[in-house]
Amino acid sequence: MSTTKKTLAVAGAVAAALTAVTTTHASAQAKEKCYGVSLAGQNDCAAGPGTTCAGTSTVDYQGNAWTLVDKGTCTEMDLPAMADGTDRSGALEPLERDLPA
Amino acid sequence: MSREDQFTRAILDARLPVPEGLLDGADQPAGRRFSVYRNNVAVSLTEALHQGFPVITKLLGPENMDGLAALYLRAQPPTSPLMMQYGEGFPDFLEGLEQLSHLGYLGDVARLELALRRSYHAADAPPLDTLHLGTLPPDELMASRLSFAPAMAVLRSPWPIHAIWAYNTHPDAPKPVARAEDVLITRPEFDPIPQPLPPGGADWIARLQAGETLGSATEAVTSDFPDFDLSAPLALLIEGLALTDLSQ
Repeated sequence: MSTTKKTLAVAGAVAAALTAVTTTHASAQAKEKCYGVSLAGQNDCAAGPGTTCAGTSTVDYQGNAWTLVDKGTCTEMDLPAMADGTDRSGALEPLERDLPA
Repeated sequence: MSREDQFTRAILDARLPVPEGLLDGADQPAGRRFSVYRNNVAVSLTEALHQGFPVITKLLGPENMDGLAALYLRAQPPTSPLMMQYGEGFPDFLEGLEQLSHLGYLGDVARLELALRRSYHAADAPPLDTLHLGTLPPDELMASRLSFAPAMAVLRSPWPIHAIWAYNTHPDAPKPVARAEDVLITRPEFDPIPQPLPPGGADWIARLQAGETLGSATEAVTSDFPDFDLSAPLALLIEGLALTDLSQ
């Protein structure tokens, strides 16, 4: 391949990458912190040991543990009702329910 | 042996006697407190390894992980008080164990978990405005050099480490198939994201990291991988906010 052709190929590939990124960004959902929806030990945090957040929730749907969800879906999510039959839903602020004993 | 050495050795080996002369706040002998402390050290380091290597723990089972941790924490006690860094030697340690030699991928999966943790704790860096890339004349583009965010990392493995990691991390991930996988880690927001790189992608990024121009890195990789298309790895880097600077 001639140098000019190579140069144009690279420029074309860079342009393709930029287009791909712009397209996915437009469709990608923003995330929000959602409290009270994660299963025990599965709350989001990749910090690892020696930190205060790595999968530390100990009960399902723990009210003060959060996970990242698509923006706008937090309070809409279907969760099983509590033991006494009351509905459960996620919240954007920490909740008082389902705290570990 | 100094008292400190004696103390440290006894902390890591429950068969050694409690060091003499330990007193509590009321000047009473505190031998039993030492035993409690010795147990807490082992338990907390075991927990740190479970938390730091969740996929390895899942692959081997928590009981086996407890047993391995007991060996590792005595062979390689922490060298820093920062627990978030504990386990640096764990991948090599796993590969050195005869009884695990049939699970050849363990070391590289542990390296991926370690790299994700490092990426999480890496310094922030303002990302490059990549729209600028599209406005450069092709000749300038070819002569450009790129700088990368500290949170970016590339791992190469003869094993499907990304697929194994994903299968044991996300409930709906497909079963791993046997193949070599290179992984790119980026941290666009708060948590690091590992993604598989297409063939040639890891070489290409390594060359750019070493300071080669976009033109020379791409040409070199294309001669080894004729189908190499830089748009895939470049899109991952841009999306992951992993590029920080562009110079000529």
